[in-house]
Amino acid sequence: MKPAPFHYLAPATVEAAVALLAEHGDEAAVLAGGQSLMPMLALRLTAPAILVDINRIGALERQSIDAAGYSFGALVRHADAWAAVRADDPAHLLARALPHVAHQAIRHRGTICGSLALADPAAELPACAVCLDAEIELAGPAGRRRLTADAFFEGLYTTARRPDELVVGVHVPRLGPDTRFGFDEVARRHGDYAILGLAARALVVDGCIKDCRLVYFGAGARPVVATAAQAALKGAALDDGHAHGRAAAAVMGELAIDPDLRYGATYKRQLATALLKRIIGQWKAPQ
Amino acid sequence: MPDRLLGSTEAQIGASRPRARSRALLAGRGRYLDDINLPRQVHAAFLRSPVPAAVIDRLEVSAAARSPGVVAVLTWADLAPVCQAWRTLSAAFPGLAAPEQTPLANGRVTSVGEPIALVLAASRALAEDAVAAIELDWRERPAVGVATAALAADAPLVHPELGSNLAWRFAAETGDVAAAFASAATVVEERFVFSRHTGVTLEPRGILAAFEPSEGRLEVWASHQMPHQLQLHLGELLELAMSQVRVTASDVGGGFGVKMHVYPDEVAVCAAARLLGRPVKFVADRLESLMSDIHAREHVIEARLAVDAEGRLLAIDAKGVQGIGSHSVFPRSSTVETLMAMRTLGAPYGLAAARAQADVVFQNKAMTGQYRSVGHPIACAVTERLVDMAARARGEDPLAMRRRNYLEPGDGRCRTALGLEVFDLSHVACLDRLEALMGLPALRQSVAARRQAGEVLGLGFAAFVEMTATGSEVYGMAGVPVAAADTIQLAVEPDGSLKASASLSELGQGTDEGLVQVLADAVGVAPERIGLEMGRTASGPHGGGAWASRGAAIGGEAAWHAGRKLRGQILAAAAALLQTPAAALDLVAGCIVDAQRHERITLAALARTVHFAGHEFPQGTLPQLQVAHHYRREADIAIPTNGIQAALVQLCPETGLVRCLQHWVVHDCGRIINPLLAGEQVRGGVVQGIGAALFEHCRYDAQANFLDGSLADYLVPMAMEMPDIAVGHVETLYRGSTLGAKGAGEAGTCAASAAVLNAVNDALAAVGGGRLAEIPLTPPLVLAALNDRSNAG
Amino acid sequence: MSDLGLETTATLACTVNGEPVRAIVPVRQSLVDWLRHGLGLTGSHVGCEHGVCGACTILVDGRTVRGCLMLAMQVDGLAVETIEGATASGRVVALQAAFRERAALQCGFCTPGMVLTAAELLASEPRPSRARIREAISGNYCRCTGYQAIVDAVAAAGGND
Repeated sequence: MKPAPFHYLAPATVEAAVALLAEHGDEAAVLAGGQSLMPMLALRLTAPAILVDINRIGALERQSIDAAGYSFGALVRHADAWAAVRADDPAHLLARALPHVAHQAIRHRGTICGSLALADPAAELPACAVCLDAEIELAGPAGRRRLTADAFFEGLYTTARRPDELVVGVHVPRLGPDTRFGFDEVARRHGDYAILGLAARALVVDGCIKDCRLVYFGAGARPVVATAAQAALKGAALDDGHAHGRAAAAVMGELAIDPDLRYGATYKRQLATALLKRIIGQWKAPQ
Repeated sequence: MPDRLLGSTEAQIGASRPRARSRALLAGRGRYLDDINLPRQVHAAFLRSPVPAAVIDRLEVSAAARSPGVVAVLTWADLAPVCQAWRTLSAAFPGLAAPEQTPLANGRVTSVGEPIALVLAASRALAEDAVAAIELDWRERPAVGVATAALAADAPLVHPELGSNLAWRFAAETGDVAAAFASAATVVEERFVFSRHTGVTLEPRGILAAFEPSEGRLEVWASHQMPHQLQLHLGELLELAMSQVRVTASDVGGGFGVKMHVYPDEVAVCAAARLLGRPVKFVADRLESLMSDIHAREHVIEARLAVDAEGRLLAIDAKGVQGIGSHSVFPRSSTVETLMAMRTLGAPYGLAAARAQADVVFQNKAMTGQYRSVGHPIACAVTERLVDMAARARGEDPLAMRRRNYLEPGDGRCRTALGLEVFDLSHVACLDRLEALMGLPALRQSVAARRQAGEVLGLGFAAFVEMTATGSEVYGMAGVPVAAADTIQLAVEPDGSLKASASLSELGQGTDEGLVQVLADAVGVAPERIGLEMGRTASGPHGGGAWASRGAAIGGEAAWHAGRKLRGQILAAAAALLQTPAAALDLVAGCIVDAQRHERITLAALARTVHFAGHEFPQGTLPQLQVAHHYRREADIAIPTNGIQAALVQLCPETGLVRCLQHWVVHDCGRIINPLLAGEQVRGGVVQGIGAALFEHCRYDAQANFLDGSLADYLVPMAMEMPDIAVGHVETLYRGSTLGAKGAGEAGTCAASAAVLNAVNDALAAVGGGRLAEIPLTPPLVLAALNDRSNAG
Repeated sequence: MSDLGLETTATLACTVNGEPVRAIVPVRQSLVDWLRHGLGLTGSHVGCEHGVCGACTILVDGRTVRGCLMLAMQVDGLAVETIEGATASGRVVALQAAFRERAALQCGFCTPGMVLTAAELLASEPRPSRARIREAISGNYCRCTGYQAIVDAVAAAGGND
């Protein structure tokens, strides 16, 4: 289980990295944290001719937390992002979600942006990014651009990143003080990829859900926004059981879950409503 | 002050001593297979079959041979001049179908992962590069995946030349089964599905082979449970005298039955080393391990149990199918699992009648073999589940049902309905001990209260009989060369320390420490003065290695008798030197003392004299400070052990996830040589059983394509999901040996999955859900059962 | 037989267990393979090569990582510590003693990774609960012990018997 041969390049600047990607296109793979890429290389599921290791680009290590929100450069590791977010807001969605990403030794190395760029539909962070209206910043030969997470994730392991572009950072806007977060997932073992998970937030004023966002992972080829369920909850009181029931029914109806080899769509739909119930419970709890 | 030497010897047998070897392992100074390298060694990688069944039309290796760093690319045609093919034959299984097996595919493949060609290169990475350059054209053939469909009239044949997929058929019947069921007040029946799982030793299989052409000698290092058996078969297959084959197993990173077979890829490596005349190393990667290590326990069993109006068990009747994969594993045969699964049905209980039938079938899947507690967990789950169902049908306590029906021969012996000879059992004492260990009345109150509060909890029990320390009759009468006897060699070094060599194997279970403890007491020296070597055929005596929980019961006995023999030699030598009758002397803590316990001479001084100043002995005395003892039990094909386990589980009503909250085991393994290590054998075994119950599954699709390509797919139990396990012991000595020890290594696995299965069903019953009789108990299965109201009431 | 002449290689300089090292490595070689086969530090073990089992756990710049999920080249300029270094420094001696006394290892293949993982936990949380210990070691697979003895040993080494 050894990688196929490749050439290894470790540029020192974003510009140099982008130039390499522009030169080699699909022949190149970007190595950031490597916690997903390295197994794929070892199993020879992917065999890039060029490996562009961005870990020498010091500028990508920056993270900032300010009134606008959180910004994580492409080399900010899960463990460091978690520590920073937790210090700022222990109830934040990312503070809740990141401990579910694999195990500590993986989180020491894996990066937030790497998880987004990979776009594994079963992973936590793409769903969180969609839920939080995060923006992914890309650098290419023509300069930089930002895409909303919703626009960034296209399908199974595919994103709007062009082959000559590098994900250089993610920006998570700060949400209002009335925002409540919810996160849960169902996994056979702690740290496993979830069978199904839900990243959520709600704007709660006077015990009433003014607005909410429900994003499932493990449910389809990309993070799945449960828009009908969101609509069912919008305007409802937090303890309005009938609204919860309508939302659960909406989830059952709207989630066209891809059955995987191990867990059928019926089972996953049952999990989807169970998760919704738990999330509403989290919203109710003081945050 | 001679007394200072004498005062403090405590018996080592029965002491909780940590393993001496653990210091090195903790410091990262273990010596596992891949830690060993030889000059000029090359690395092996295999082209393995990507399909379950195919005829190979073309195998072209010339491009691969030109790949950078490649020394050779070998196929069966290359190996055949130096290596025999083999068939798994055993007179214990009359009619056993025995297709030929070769180390590399001979024109066709019969399972995913079967080795086809072998690349030898300067590194494993370069070898893998070359594997990708081998050109292989094949015609896929229809494959057999589902065991229960293997004997259908239109089923494809795994081995067309055999004319059938039936490998062997088991049938046994005692008493009048039909009459028992006709007269029964209660009959319960169930269809059980046990899915394949595998051992997943953390250190994968590996082998390093070097051939010295000038001496015709093959030297092999292997991560293996039985280097002596490997030596024998390598000698046979490569046509070398056993004296020309040396096998060494140093630190072995787990075995559990995975590393006790003759694997085609390992034979291919040895044959390649012989052909090349340079060392070849092969370490299976995890993907290779998952697809080519032996799998185990793919059974479907329909079973029923008859109970009379007083709640006495009358008869069990079971019919099963076991899928063993493409071949019956060499040399012991995969059919052993069915044999044990059928023979141990109903083993804890007195039954007047029993019938067991099973078809063992070939499939286009990986071979199955002897995984920890061979067959027993299957029988235990079937039996214990049926007993629980019967108790529920009668509306009575499942423990009362067991207590009433235990088969306890007391001081005598008897046969179970399916033919096991049992004796020295302690079912009732174990149950009493379990109830105390659990604080059962209070626990049941707590469970009831928590159920009232809405938790879905279940408590399950499973009694068991585990047959251990198999004797020579089993394989000997089958004509299969398997050593059931073990030998210890023991000698006194010139400084009075002891050099010991055992035919047993150490895989982490602590047999080494236990043998040292026995030797220390038997001879009369401190354990620190004993150096024990295991796992080397070149210097050690031939013997069994590690299988069937034999370390204490067979190895311990060999050690005891070897130690007593040496002690006699030492005292005779001392008597001669001291001109004192030997009977007046004793050996305590490394000193020869007189009847008043006064030191006469240290063992060190005596040994120095024997080795360097032998002339000081009287004329005509020639002390022999070295002995060997070969121990074979003359009575009893196997030593039964018994016990009972209990599991407390919590079901999540929303997700179907099962959480093991607590687990209890009471086991009777006779004399416990080292309670610390014996307890950990039980705990480790339990977790393998819980893994089987909840997580582990070698998944294939219906066409026999393998679906679990990584440890992210094959779920092994991890720390977060495992419960604490309370372990208690009852010590009923085996009366057929000096120490009275029985096997301890497999009992944990034997009943753990059965206890969890019963606990989950107890929880389901408490909320009016359906029944489950399939493992692993996946969350979708459990959730469906929770929501199933068809069995309500 | 050396494979270096046949591989794309690069030079790296780092410290391993406090000692400066310069080496030429195949660029596709994993960190754990290089430590084991390039430097002879065989205390780090290879159990799965895809980041699941934890047997190859080592420290890079003071934090645990999977040795199979980094390339050797990636530690250029960094500090690597293996079980050999942690043992020599004495910083895991209490854990090693507790593991030994509690028989928290059998075959020993997972043990170096388990000890380094547990040491990291105890460094940040000296008296973790049993549940926290189980969580912290849940990325390290042990097939032999059933984990309870390991939890006991970590609790004991943390002074939390």
